Amino acid sequence: MTMQIADSIPLSASDAKARAQAAAARDNLRTEPRAVRIVIIALAMLFLTVFVVLPLVVVFAQAFSRGVLAYLAALAEPEALAAIRLTLLVAAISVGLNLVFGLVAAWAIAKFDFPGKTFLITLIDLPFSVSPVISGLVFVLLFGAQGYFGSWLRDHDIQILFAVPGIALATTFVTFPFVARALIPLMQEQGTQEEEAAISLGASGLQTFFRVTLPNIKWGVLYGVLLCNARAMGEFGAVSVVSGHIRGETNTMPLLVEILYNEYQFVAAFAIASLLAMLALITLIVKTVLERHLDEGQEPSDH
Amino acid sequence: MTIEVRNLVKSFGSFKALDGVDLKVDSGELVALLGPSGSGKTTLLRIVAGLDWPDSGEVFINGEDALAQGARERHVGFVFQHYALFRHMTVFENVAFGLRVQPRAVRKDEAAIRIRVKELLDLVQLDWLADRYPSQLSGGQRQRIALARALAIEPRILLLDEPFGALDAKVRKELRKWLRSLHHEIHVTSIFVTHDQEEALEVANRVVVMDKGRIEQIGSPDDVYESPASAFVHGFIGESIELPVQVEGGAVRLDGRPLALAADGLAPGASKLFVRRHDMLVGPPGSGAFEGAVRHVRNFGPVQRAEVTLSGGKTIEIDAPRDKELRVGDTIGLEPRRYRIFAG
Repeated sequence: MTMQIADSIPLSASDAKARAQAAAARDNLRTEPRAVRIVIIALAMLFLTVFVVLPLVVVFAQAFSRGVLAYLAALAEPEALAAIRLTLLVAAISVGLNLVFGLVAAWAIAKFDFPGKTFLITLIDLPFSVSPVISGLVFVLLFGAQGYFGSWLRDHDIQILFAVPGIALATTFVTFPFVARALIPLMQEQGTQEEEAAISLGASGLQTFFRVTLPNIKWGVLYGVLLCNARAMGEFGAVSVVSGHIRGETNTMPLLVEILYNEYQFVAAFAIASLLAMLALITLIVKTVLERHLDEGQEPSDH
Repeated sequence: MTIEVRNLVKSFGSFKALDGVDLKVDSGELVALLGPSGSGKTTLLRIVAGLDWPDSGEVFINGEDALAQGARERHVGFVFQHYALFRHMTVFENVAFGLRVQPRAVRKDEAAIRIRVKELLDLVQLDWLADRYPSQLSGGQRQRIALARALAIEPRILLLDEPFGALDAKVRKELRKWLRSLHHEIHVTSIFVTHDQEEALEVANRVVVMDKGRIEQIGSPDDVYESPASAFVHGFIGESIELPVQVEGGAVRLDGRPLALAADGLAPGASKLFVRRHDMLVGPPGSGAFEGAVRHVRNFGPVQRAEVTLSGGKTIEIDAPRDKELRVGDTIGLEPRRYRIFAG
């Protein structure tokens, strides 16, 4: 920024010389020899290419290896369409639930003091620290035929495991921290003064929430929802345990990718995988935009 | 509108923020709560506003029991130390907020809201900033918008928490004058909190001096300055020389030596002698109650401030007129024109 400003000012010859010297001095501050710098940068680029760019390219290359028509045909398979529908449905349910849970949890933690607060913050992170497979197993233990609620559920003819409710529950559990995590630091930093001001001006609790609290955290909410959605659509472990892999019924996109791959249907497997990869790319772009808004929102705030 | 609090007590954990506070504010007054940080002044203000609740005690606004109402129903204008403007709203919307959230039955229509907001922005002389966001304003401008926002609901009383605390010295002085003239104009019963004695003495009709959750003195600015009720008030307001003395046998002793000061009516025992810096008159050696050697002299605008080591060994600072000749090393006599002695 300062460089741009300096560039726009016409310089006299002596100024230019002084600046060249200053630039040279600045370069000298980097003590590493040029060769070392090039090697280090090259290593970093190589690593990035092999581990990030190459896999992404391979996914699309494999998906289109038999041409665009084969790719589109693979996506038009009823099984593929069912998986896409299920994934969207499950993501919508778990993002919706986590939006409400996350908002409530972050609001309680950031705006109030109560005993056990630190414990609650730790608890919110639990789904991150537990392997998703175990998260899935917990639901099997609870709702499975031999589980705690198994017989009651069977008596009332309610199907949770190997059905949409189980998949949605497992996904919701695994993705719970995203919204809360995005909001807690933001809301803590913003404090409670604006809410106090709103109430003293005669606003009700709901008016305060919708007119003051929510607008202040909207970018944080979107950020949390975005990450939550990405994870919900991509979740494999927990869903794999509770889904039962019923073809055309309880297979989400990641599960279908695995099945198709194991059946040597590479084009079909990678076609679905390419959709997930695109989701990831779009998520990254939107995330960058949101982060910019979040930074702006925090800029001067008070003082 | 009057404000009355009775025997207010409030603790935060083991810290006693308010320890039995009684205060009555008459209609139209502009009262300053003055005290060091931790003296409980902000807690008192927040309790009156309904943003905090006391452990015990009573609060009445215009004779009504305020503790039976939430902050929302009290109809109190509150200006926060850090303004607490709604950062996602324009200045106009900030000021309009209190009008927009009113119940539908009493809410003004859009045209009336616009007129009212315009009036308020004119009142704080910032109508040209209506479309800006709080982050684009200076501290002084934010403070005035916060005040306009609080006034929008036509509050029964106005409470200001360190209204000028976060501003630089020059802006602070301007806003002080402005607040006083504004109060003169709208005449709403107001309490403001400050730790700045100059601010309290200059702006308020009445000053309430607080320390450690208790009220030390209530009086006019002249009262608290001229006749402080306690050692704390004397030490806190105005620049004072404080000397530990002993009262015994009708004499005041400093470091064992008797001073030529009247000790009538004073309880015997360890006491504190207070003299304003400018009330120490300089004379030739042996002319006053004290004698000392000048250590250091600096000029401070209309006065010169001298550091003097008294014969007992204590060093004090005095303010003398500029025309008085003071040289480092001189031995001088010092006579307190006015002084106060407090037990303890």
